[in-house]
Amino acid sequence: MSEEHETVHRHPAPTGFIRKYIFSVDHKVIGIQYIMLALVAVVVGMVMSVLMRMNLSWPGTNWPILGTLFPGGAPEGMMTPEFYLSLVTMHGTIMVFFVLTTAPQGGFGNYFLPIQIGAEDMAFPVLNMLSFWVTFVGFVVILTAIFYSGAESTVGPIGGWTGYAPLSALPNSGPGQGMGMNLWIISIAIFCIGSLLGALNFITTLLNMRTRGMSLMRMPLTCWAWFTTAVLALLSFPVLLGGGILLLLDRIALTSFFIPGGLYLSGVLSGTGNFPLHTGGSPILWQHLFWFFGHPEVYIAILPGMGATSHILATFARKPVFGYRAMVFAIFAIGLLGFFVWGHHMFISGMSPYSAMTFSILTLSIGVPSAVKTFNWLGTLWGGRIRFTTAMLFALGFVSLFVAGGITGLVLGQTSLDLPMHDTYFVPAHFHLVMGVASIFGMFAATYFWFPKMFGRFMNEKLGKLHFWITFIGVYCIFVPMHTMGIVGMPRRFAQFTEYEFLATLHPLVVFVSISAIVTVLVQVLFYFNLFWSIFKGEKAPENPWEATTLEWTTTSPPPHDNFAGHLPVVHHGPYEFSVPGAPRDFIMQTDAEAEVTSGNGHDGHGH
Amino acid sequence: MGRALAVVIWALTLGSVSLFFVKKWWFPTAISSHAPALDRQFLITIIVVGLAFTAAQVGLGYMVWKYRDTGTPGRAKYTHGSSRLEVLWTVITAVIFIGLAVMGQSVWASLHFNQAPPGSFPVEVVAQQFQWNFHYAGRDGVPGRTDPTLIDDSTLNFIGLDEADPNAKDDAVHSVLAIPAGRPVELILRSKDVIHNFFVPQLRFKQDLVPGMAIRVHFTANTPGKYELACAELCGQLHFKMRSFMLVLPEDEHRELTALSQEDFQTRMTELLAKYQLPANN
Amino acid sequence: MATMVTGTRPRTRERGSASPGFPGPGGNGSRKRNGDDPFFHPDSRSNRYRIGVWVALAAIVMMFTALTSAYIVRAASSDDWQALPMPRILAFSTAVILISSATIEAARRKLKADLHSGYTTWLGLTTVLGLAFLVSQLLAWRQLVRQGVYVASHPHSSFFYLLTATHGVHLLGGLFGILYLLLRSRRTETELMRIRTLAAVDAATIYWHFMDALWIYLFLLLFFWR
Repeated sequence: MSEEHETVHRHPAPTGFIRKYIFSVDHKVIGIQYIMLALVAVVVGMVMSVLMRMNLSWPGTNWPILGTLFPGGAPEGMMTPEFYLSLVTMHGTIMVFFVLTTAPQGGFGNYFLPIQIGAEDMAFPVLNMLSFWVTFVGFVVILTAIFYSGAESTVGPIGGWTGYAPLSALPNSGPGQGMGMNLWIISIAIFCIGSLLGALNFITTLLNMRTRGMSLMRMPLTCWAWFTTAVLALLSFPVLLGGGILLLLDRIALTSFFIPGGLYLSGVLSGTGNFPLHTGGSPILWQHLFWFFGHPEVYIAILPGMGATSHILATFARKPVFGYRAMVFAIFAIGLLGFFVWGHHMFISGMSPYSAMTFSILTLSIGVPSAVKTFNWLGTLWGGRIRFTTAMLFALGFVSLFVAGGITGLVLGQTSLDLPMHDTYFVPAHFHLVMGVASIFGMFAATYFWFPKMFGRFMNEKLGKLHFWITFIGVYCIFVPMHTMGIVGMPRRFAQFTEYEFLATLHPLVVFVSISAIVTVLVQVLFYFNLFWSIFKGEKAPENPWEATTLEWTTTSPPPHDNFAGHLPVVHHGPYEFSVPGAPRDFIMQTDAEAEVTSGNGHDGHGH
Repeated sequence: MGRALAVVIWALTLGSVSLFFVKKWWFPTAISSHAPALDRQFLITIIVVGLAFTAAQVGLGYMVWKYRDTGTPGRAKYTHGSSRLEVLWTVITAVIFIGLAVMGQSVWASLHFNQAPPGSFPVEVVAQQFQWNFHYAGRDGVPGRTDPTLIDDSTLNFIGLDEADPNAKDDAVHSVLAIPAGRPVELILRSKDVIHNFFVPQLRFKQDLVPGMAIRVHFTANTPGKYELACAELCGQLHFKMRSFMLVLPEDEHRELTALSQEDFQTRMTELLAKYQLPANN
Repeated sequence: MATMVTGTRPRTRERGSASPGFPGPGGNGSRKRNGDDPFFHPDSRSNRYRIGVWVALAAIVMMFTALTSAYIVRAASSDDWQALPMPRILAFSTAVILISSATIEAARRKLKADLHSGYTTWLGLTTVLGLAFLVSQLLAWRQLVRQGVYVASHPHSSFFYLLTATHGVHLLGGLFGILYLLLRSRRTETELMRIRTLAAVDAATIYWHFMDALWIYLFLLLFFWR
């Protein structure tokens, strides 16, 4: 029976260009599409961050090119505050949604989850295609939001990536709250739907499509990470979608979910003139709905990076992952606790101070599984024989940055310390390091590591290493000084710092950060060049260039349409059997039926 | 390569830690009663954070230095971990982290778990895009009635004060917050339009002003002087310009100010704003 | 990616023949108990529909949980709440959707028993009842509009329109699924396709029962809570 059922799931490789590369149902093509989308989106996001840094460091300077590109936002080359704020909003939204959620999960997860569990495709290939194209539409909509200039709005939406109501709920609350804000909400709603379809597919695939012998505890840690991420997405995106619908209704159907009564805006009282009547809504309700999603989103961004890092550290340290089971539990603990800490974003919002206390204690508890992961990464390196490929360098960089960024959560998670720190630069410093840069380092590591599998060629290691050194030092120079800005009290989302005397002392630091940012962004050109040049001209890669153990390395580079050319692999070992004493080579493939391993994760689970 | 990476990691660690250690850029001098305890908690936390950060980075550097592949024959150490170590470091970090969280509650509790002490000086705060309005109750200590329908920015009645209410006769409204030194202050925070945030760095205090809510907070400022007051929650186009001042006045000077009639109050505030200087940057 | 076209050929095997690369159940793949995968039985791959629908329901539950908590918070935290008079026709909606749960269950049982004509009849009836439910919901909206109650009239009406619309959209999705099954039911099926169809019908039934239960829940929440 199983054979017959095999024949059903065969899908012959498509031949036409459109079915093969555009509307493909092949998870590998879809994975690359997601990565391409993220590569485009991240350029948009980075350019925006450079524009913001320029405006902050050299206020009042004329940038003629800006005036040409954005005649509305920067008339005669001078950036207006509303344009700056819409850049803040778009930078955050694009980076969080279209880069940090798409590349790690939709991109690498899509490409490698099925292969690593020995499946020929995702459980629902058509749905998979649909989730990419829905996400793509979301991206197009968010881009139109910034370029939209109607009668009443000359800039994109203003609200930060959190879009707090009632600012975002009232079209008459100033520039940036017009059609651009509608498009922002619609884009996010579309993105939610795309992510939900993807999460559904990931979970079903992992539960249903594992090959023979691929028990849960034999899965690579990457798969655990993608699975947990999918669960987080599945449970958190519906809440954002629900909140987004309510917000949109407040804006266009004039309901009052988030808008209280008695508001008075630009000379008009709610219910008089052209200001519709609103009563009784709760602005804090939006924050609860948003952050119930928003906090798990942080882990959606970073968990795949953690998975890739564990995977790559083991491969290049030539050692089994230290504490595989502890790593799995830590991933789950982080995911689970992630649902109960959203209130730490709201300590000073007017929420009950008693619940703030509970949220604070739960928040600092999340540090425990995070620390466990760090200890285990160091344990994996301990006694290893480390090979410093570019992928390994970025994975090590991930560990360093994860610690650097994560540990200041101990400050922000405390109720009383949040009083001075909330909404200062300490917060962007913290989350950029941990969910932004660390995640991206995980993705750089993944790119350099899996590129030979995806394209059958290596990326240039020399260029890659140069890219690593400058980026690694660069991001420290950008984000560590931001912490001290926060300690001085510099608030976020200020279009200029010139208004306050207590911020004047920080000017040299602001300029230093901006220069570091510009250099770091420019260095990414190396990465883009290396990436696209290597697709065509890179050195040819064999099937298993890194002498790795997991299933993706048992098939050709790139893998055939059905991943394993007509047969499915059978798994005999845990995922990281490196340097097994007595084995002929220093690694044992998961499919190796001959090799004897006396202990390991795939067996009794107890280390020695 | 391993040695180079170790050196870079250690150098970055040293650089990062020294930025916090030299304190060239640091908190402005605190002026509130709860600030010393808060600053102490921050110091304890930042020391724990700094130690953990340094330990992890030094450890990482050590690993990549020591265990780089030098090409000598032999294999990596084959181990799947140690349950005893896992338990050990889970327990240690749990104790430290949760301990910090619990310690961090005391300042919070002192500010938020009880009401303003009797005898506090009350000020009604009404924020709007992009301006602060502070409503002083005047000599009688009872603030006049306010009503959103009476708000009229064009006649400068920003808070909708009902002039017909006898309690409103001696009230004053000003864009600057003037409070007494050494006496508890209770702010009743409201917003007319969107969410704003009351932030004075020297106070070590921050609170959102949410439309539709009246949030009561209290604190005590001890050092007389003029301090910058910022809005710290994105409130629209000119958010970065929503600046005002907080004047902390010696008790008698403050008592004298609040006893003045509306016109004299405005004049006196202008004088006081000129009299006090912003603290020098430290 | 030139290699993408390579061999799906070797996979085509006669039933029961030796399978070198992919041993069947109980084969030599597993070394220990870890290899005994609960999902790995002959029609395990068709289980994906059942798994998929439960996963989807988890997401839908989260969305309605979010909206419910918004409802409760909004109702409790303000003084502008007015109770909406219940449109009478909702009783009819409720009855219809309850019956439709029974009819789809009947369809599923008929298919299990291999009674094909009964299956299509019951499935067709479910489609009609589903449509009737949606029409009835629309009539409820019309009743309210005639009374001058709109989306923005007061919070309860906002939530009523929102929750019924959201539920309706989800139900419509289920209806498309059932229609798809109906269209497919006219094809002749191999044994394997039957296994898949059974799984798909199971999934549709689970989804439909859930939509039924969700409506009862929303109905109680909207008109009998507090």
